[in-house]
Amino acid sequence: MQQIIYFLRKYRYFLLFIALELIALLFTLQSHSFHKSKFVNSATSITGGLYTQVSNINEFFTLKKENKVLAEENNRLKNILSKHLHVKKDSRVFDSLSVQSKYNYISAKIIKNEYSKINNFITINKGSSSGLKSDLGVINTKGIIGIVKNVSNKYATILSILNSYSKLNVRLKNSNYFGTLIWNGNNYNTVQLIDIPRQADLQVGDTIITGGRSAIFPEGIMVGTIKDFKFEDTKFDEINITLFNDMSALGYVQIIENTERKEQQLLEEQTSNE
Amino acid sequence: MNNNLFKILFQFIGLIFLQVVVFNNIHLFGYINPYIYVAWVLLYPLKSKRGLFLFLSFLLGLSIDFFSNSGGINAASLLFIAYIRLPLLTSLLRKVDLDYLLFHVSSMPVAKLLTYISILVFSHHLVLFSFEYFSLSNIEIIIKHSFLSGIFTIVLLFISIQLFSSRK
Repeated sequence: MQQIIYFLRKYRYFLLFIALELIALLFTLQSHSFHKSKFVNSATSITGGLYTQVSNINEFFTLKKENKVLAEENNRLKNILSKHLHVKKDSRVFDSLSVQSKYNYISAKIIKNEYSKINNFITINKGSSSGLKSDLGVINTKGIIGIVKNVSNKYATILSILNSYSKLNVRLKNSNYFGTLIWNGNNYNTVQLIDIPRQADLQVGDTIITGGRSAIFPEGIMVGTIKDFKFEDTKFDEINITLFNDMSALGYVQIIENTERKEQQLLEEQTSNE
Repeated sequence: MNNNLFKILFQFIGLIFLQVVVFNNIHLFGYINPYIYVAWVLLYPLKSKRGLFLFLSFLLGLSIDFFSNSGGINAASLLFIAYIRLPLLTSLLRKVDLDYLLFHVSSMPVAKLLTYISILVFSHHLVLFSFEYFSLSNIEIIIKHSFLSGIFTIVLLFISIQLFSSRK
């Protein structure tokens, strides 16, 4: 007994060091597992509050750019609208109550954006009080941003597409070949496309959009264009995609809620169980 | 004593604030950020209790982690250099030179100060990036990032210590 106490006394700093180091390792391991929600995240009131203050100041310097983006978006929407205004109205009578949009959009502001690390997260100023849940898709006017991960009352963190754990279903716009979007951590304007079947006909400059196979993103959200690719051993080796978004300068985002998601997942589960 | 406690608290919060608001957003050449909160280990008084120092270092690192969604990587790396600080100092300066009560980094000779900062910063960055990438296949990137960020951090710390410490 005496010797144990002596041992503990002699090595008490070393033991404290090891214990704390193990806790830190535990947090790190937790952050590397994609499915668990994390204890250490910036969607807390202190971290979120500070980032809100900072982003309120920073916002002044990006107003001009933000205005330009909004004007472009306006233009695009007006064009779409003008096309549809002259379409002959359907003669069938709809019960307007039964026509409900499948997707709900919630607008939020980015208060902290990361893009220089290997696993990047974005913090936004809306949380569970605005109806956010984890695993909702996040986009902006130019394209895809990421997926909601941790949610607190007033803030949420987003797993950016610039994260080594991000895997999204995408497809080519002009053909129906599906692939997976990943990031290798090198350049924040370039992401990688894998799992494209070898018979797909790729051209540099082809547009990539979301595939709509998962219940998270609707089909047809813009992602980027093909920058270059290698064809080796009868398969595509590495396809680089230039993003439409400048991930280093993001402002406002929309969070997509799929109202039929539960139904779709339930149906898929039933089918696979049979 | 009270004055000292206030100073430590001020450093603790100030370093977190500076790191999170300013230095995490530098992105030199796209990805190089200095980690100036390492200054905590340089500035913390040597004579105080070692257990408390280790615990506070862990807490400071963890606070940075909360802000940057990074699990426990900053906590692990800052704790590591907090632990090796004393052995490193005693081996760098001969033991007789080490006056625990009055010791301050600015009283070190310039060459030794530079070695001291460099060893601390590089070991901190190596632990940090190893934990961040968490795989041996990325060893080249880990070393490259540690080296580049390390130089940035060392230059900043060295200059600020030279500027802000009053020499007697």
